[in-house]
Amino acid sequence: MAQQFQTLDEALEKIEKVRQARQGKFYLKDKTIILSHGSGGTASHNLIEGMIGKIFSNPLLDQMDDSAILPINGSDARLAFTTDSYVVSPIFFPGGNIGELAVNGTVNDLAVSGAHPLWLSVGLILEEGFAIADLKQIIESMQAAAEKAGVQIVTGDTKVVQRGSADKIFINTAGIGLFQFPINLSSFNAQPGDKVLLSGPIGDHGIAVMLAREALEIEADIQSDTAPLNGIIQNLLDATKAIHCLKDATRGGVATVLNEIALSSNVAIAVDEETIPIRPEVNGACEILGLDPLTIANEGRFIAIVASEDAETALQALQNNPQGSEACIIGEVLEEPEGMVFLRTALGGHRVLDMLVGDPLPRIC
Amino acid sequence: MKYIDEYRDGNVAQQLATEITKLSKGHSFKFMEVCGGHTHTIFKHGIEDILPDNIELIHGPGCPVCVLPMGRIDDAIAIAKTEGTIFTTFGDMMRVPGSEGSLLDIKAAGADVRFIYSPLDALKIAKQNPDREVVFFAIGFETTAPSTAVTLLQAQAENIQNFSIFCNHVAVIPVIRAILDSPDLQLEGFIGPGHVSIVIGLHVYEFIARDYQKPVVISGFEPLDIIQSIWMLLKQKKEGKVIVENQYKRLVHPEGNLKSQEVMTQTLEIRPHFLWRGLGSIKHSALKINSDFANWDAEERFKVPGLQVPDPQACQCGEVLKGVIKPWECKVFGTACTPESPIGSCMVSPEGACAAYFNYGRLSMASQRRELLAAEK
Repeated sequence: MAQQFQTLDEALEKIEKVRQARQGKFYLKDKTIILSHGSGGTASHNLIEGMIGKIFSNPLLDQMDDSAILPINGSDARLAFTTDSYVVSPIFFPGGNIGELAVNGTVNDLAVSGAHPLWLSVGLILEEGFAIADLKQIIESMQAAAEKAGVQIVTGDTKVVQRGSADKIFINTAGIGLFQFPINLSSFNAQPGDKVLLSGPIGDHGIAVMLAREALEIEADIQSDTAPLNGIIQNLLDATKAIHCLKDATRGGVATVLNEIALSSNVAIAVDEETIPIRPEVNGACEILGLDPLTIANEGRFIAIVASEDAETALQALQNNPQGSEACIIGEVLEEPEGMVFLRTALGGHRVLDMLVGDPLPRIC
Repeated sequence: MKYIDEYRDGNVAQQLATEITKLSKGHSFKFMEVCGGHTHTIFKHGIEDILPDNIELIHGPGCPVCVLPMGRIDDAIAIAKTEGTIFTTFGDMMRVPGSEGSLLDIKAAGADVRFIYSPLDALKIAKQNPDREVVFFAIGFETTAPSTAVTLLQAQAENIQNFSIFCNHVAVIPVIRAILDSPDLQLEGFIGPGHVSIVIGLHVYEFIARDYQKPVVISGFEPLDIIQSIWMLLKQKKEGKVIVENQYKRLVHPEGNLKSQEVMTQTLEIRPHFLWRGLGSIKHSALKINSDFANWDAEERFKVPGLQVPDPQACQCGEVLKGVIKPWECKVFGTACTPESPIGSCMVSPEGACAAYFNYGRLSMASQRRELLAAEK
């Protein structure tokens, strides 16, 4: 048998390479689209940054944040512009439906960029045979969600495809928001010493949707956390200007978002496992299914990276809003190892907290 | 969470670690955890961080996804590509590479591959699709074999004719024996697999203590279970004992689960040989569906190529599985072989030793590196 004991130097070089591989270089090797390309994790990054983003490349797109920030000629004001498509299955789930999700998701992408969301477009792709009653219910809840978030749906499009060419209903929304004051919340801004805040318990949406799918036969009372975040984010921005990054923890969960921030800002992020709020039902379902709640999608939770001295003020602002009553500080930003996120386990050990690899839950949003 | 948090208490872990430090007195000990579930727990909770440096854990061959050779994946893919087939599998197997792609790849290319959580779900799919052939990709040690056996009995009882199982169950005792017989092995004891032992009991491990003079502690899967098992192994060493002990008493009965053993005997039989990835052919190390149930045996119903495919040359899964090298000492670790595009199967399943290192262990590698560099200066 071949024995390939490596010298210390070779081993160290390997470790260094592993670390460098994490410095935000993504390549697309695949020949066909697989479900993981839509997971929000590594494969998505490979597709988007390794191909799509390269071809479309321009200075506005290359920021690769939740919204594009658009200058307006002859004015200090700036616009935020974003789009998202929704393919969740099932279309109705505990705590919401695909329509509500489509409004909240786009509102939240605008809100985390620091903009005040104003107008939305709605594109519907409907499958032949889809019940009008279901469609009406979805449209009504979209209107209700828009009113709750204080945005207007101002333009739209409807297409119908043959039975089997889509699954019931797919929705695209795009949104425009306005910056009321100059602020830069991009994921490039995390600085060593900053605190990491989480707005509430994680994993509710992903697990609620997963359990609503017939095959699992696990019953638990878990509701999706889908909600507009512009109100609570406004409270936060009113309380302090020392917010360095905001990101909603959607596909790929908190773990993926923290990795994106660590990579973009060239910092390390340390998180304390014990401080992360997770409902017992969600934790239980994750234990049974072998999933990590930190990689499960949320639709009404976000991460805020805040300067250390303002962290308590920011936390208070979150907790004063009913949506953030369970908000907490879960960790801090460190200088190194750059691009790495790690978890201090409740047991007293450490582990690397990686981006989601593969896709445990396709079509979650 | 009740019944879970108690086994993850950091203070108790620290106390146990202090006892382990005292008991081991700075002597080096290498223990192998056989089971992939243990490997996962060790990394997920950072157990190695709280153990003294002189205790080294070797991550053994107990991840059934990892040890399945490429030829069997190719067979599975051949079955799944057969016209009219619905191929069902646990999610872990979807990304495991065969010699020309994975199940995920052929799914993307149009094959009907579905991932399920129980073989009984596959049976349900068969009942819902009477005009399709439904196949379940059965893998796992004795832990999951009883559920395959029950599914076979159910298929027979309900006379479901469009259902079959591609059986890849493996047995833990022959592979432990193969490891014990390998010449380059240096191990002071075993942390024995908990879930497997719930089925097979304790007595089957006795040869390890008797013939090979290595202690065995059957362990549960929570962090404190594993740390206590290490303490128990050291205590045996100190007291000069070499026995099989049961740390996982809350679930493992010395005789095992007799009902499970019975359904396995009814439906499955031992294969003369089975090829393991990285470890080669091991005698009597796997189970096949017996002739009474040939009707539900996918290997009888489908044309499977049955070719043996050599492991990729660059891949050192074998040495990793035997604990001869650390995952990061492999030539392709983290470069050509990553969880996103695995070459060796140890990188595929989260229970695989390499994936566990890649996902969870890099931090200790990074700090190890810093310490080493500091020492050199």
